[in-house]
Amino acid sequence: MARTLATVSAHPAVSRRPFLQTARIDRWWSKPLAVFLGLSAFIVYSTWAALQNAHFEFGGYLSPMYSPLIFGDSHHAVLGSLPGWWPGWLPFYPAFLILWAPGGFRFTCYYYRGAYYKSHWASPASCGVGKAQKRYRGEHSFPLIFQNVHRWFLYFALAFLVILSIDVYRGMWFGPSHDEFGIGVGTLVLAVNVVLLSGYTFGCHSLRHLIGGKFNVLSKRPGRLKAWQGVTWCNTRHQLFAWLSLFWVGFTDFYVRMCAMEVWTDLRII
Amino acid sequence: MPNATFRIWRGDSEGGEFKDYRTEYSEGMVVLDVVHKIQAEQANDLAVRWNCKAGKCGSCSAEVNGQPQLMCMTRMNTLPVERPVTVEPMQAFPVERDLVTDVSVNYEIKKRIKPFTPRPPDREDGTWTMHQSDVERSQEFRKCIECFLCQDVCHVDRDHHYHLDGKFIGPRFFVHAAYLDMHPADEADRLEELKDRDGIGYCNITKCCTVVCPEHITITDNAIIPLKERVADRYYDPLTRVLRVIGVGR
Repeated sequence: MARTLATVSAHPAVSRRPFLQTARIDRWWSKPLAVFLGLSAFIVYSTWAALQNAHFEFGGYLSPMYSPLIFGDSHHAVLGSLPGWWPGWLPFYPAFLILWAPGGFRFTCYYYRGAYYKSHWASPASCGVGKAQKRYRGEHSFPLIFQNVHRWFLYFALAFLVILSIDVYRGMWFGPSHDEFGIGVGTLVLAVNVVLLSGYTFGCHSLRHLIGGKFNVLSKRPGRLKAWQGVTWCNTRHQLFAWLSLFWVGFTDFYVRMCAMEVWTDLRII
Repeated sequence: MPNATFRIWRGDSEGGEFKDYRTEYSEGMVVLDVVHKIQAEQANDLAVRWNCKAGKCGSCSAEVNGQPQLMCMTRMNTLPVERPVTVEPMQAFPVERDLVTDVSVNYEIKKRIKPFTPRPPDREDGTWTMHQSDVERSQEFRKCIECFLCQDVCHVDRDHHYHLDGKFIGPRFFVHAAYLDMHPADEADRLEELKDRDGIGYCNITKCCTVVCPEHITITDNAIIPLKERVADRYYDPLTRVLRVIGVGR
């Protein structure tokens, strides 16, 4: 017969360890601390950048934190200037109109969930380390059951890859009328951003499921099998692409911002 | 020969304490060797479960310096010996005595998972045809040696004891369910049980199970998350539900 919970809890060796207590002697805190600092720094920077509402474009370059620019006095604006029906009392921050989608994609991402449950929630802070929470509902019920919407954010993330690829194309046109072909350092920065975001998005666990993982027999679907193997390749590097792409999105915004503020000079390669 | 101090938990279901044993060890020894040496020379009544000494039977699971590990696969030269080496029983299971825990709850959990339910044979001789690419995914899960280190390290078991409450089957049995559910010849439907009874939603993907697996099974990414996605398909995604009803994407 299996022992009951009461028996277990009565025993010091198998009862809960207090918060942050562990017999581990390695630097178990270093990784969650690094994740905490990295994620927090990005959240602070991206929020600050979104609130600036300025210096997000430079010629053909548009910051990925503002793309697509839905409304605005810019040739990048998809729907032109801010419409008259926009309530005067409501501050207009174009970045917030779109950041919910990539933000939601990362917030509900399986990799980031595991990472921030440790770093920001200490649930647990690291493997084999005592927790503070006495009650635990996990993703079994409200509110974290809503993490299951991840695949919906995936659909938006795939659309964003198309939009950001168009931004790279637009970043190849210079001059006052944007009709002079060229490649600048900024073009490469925008292109690397798309490559890294593609590596991250195409490694998504939900995509891996939808593209073929949901089938037990893929041998009769060779196209799906190839696609599943490709997504699996990216998926095994999901953490790597998650961090590289997160950093590069921030850096791309910073690069465009520095150019727009005339702090940096964008060098033309072609 | 170099010396090391082993701080071993001694006790039973009523309680216990750590006791220090100073002993010599030689090059190539593993923690289980040292525990056996201590058992032979200093503590004849020290209880430790072991069998193969080759990392394949899953018997000698314990926590070495707080890390769930197989004692037989933990080499002494990987441990800092300038401080005592802590050896204690798995925390997620009731202690029988010293380093031996009662893991029988796992066998009870396994019984309640729907067994392999094959489709009718493909041929009259009662056999099936399966492509290697289709069975590869579930073959990874067959490597499990049932050491239960993943169950031990999972905080849902370790800190909340949901496996003992019957609310959560734990990583080992999500691997088992994934093995069955992804098998190209299996037809059973386990998703409702996984969602409601087996508590797959309690897993918050911290990947500790994957980290400790001595067989290097990618438990979280290849077993648990795919099962979570199958549950999401069925219960949390109206689009795939509509597509399923109209016969698209099958």
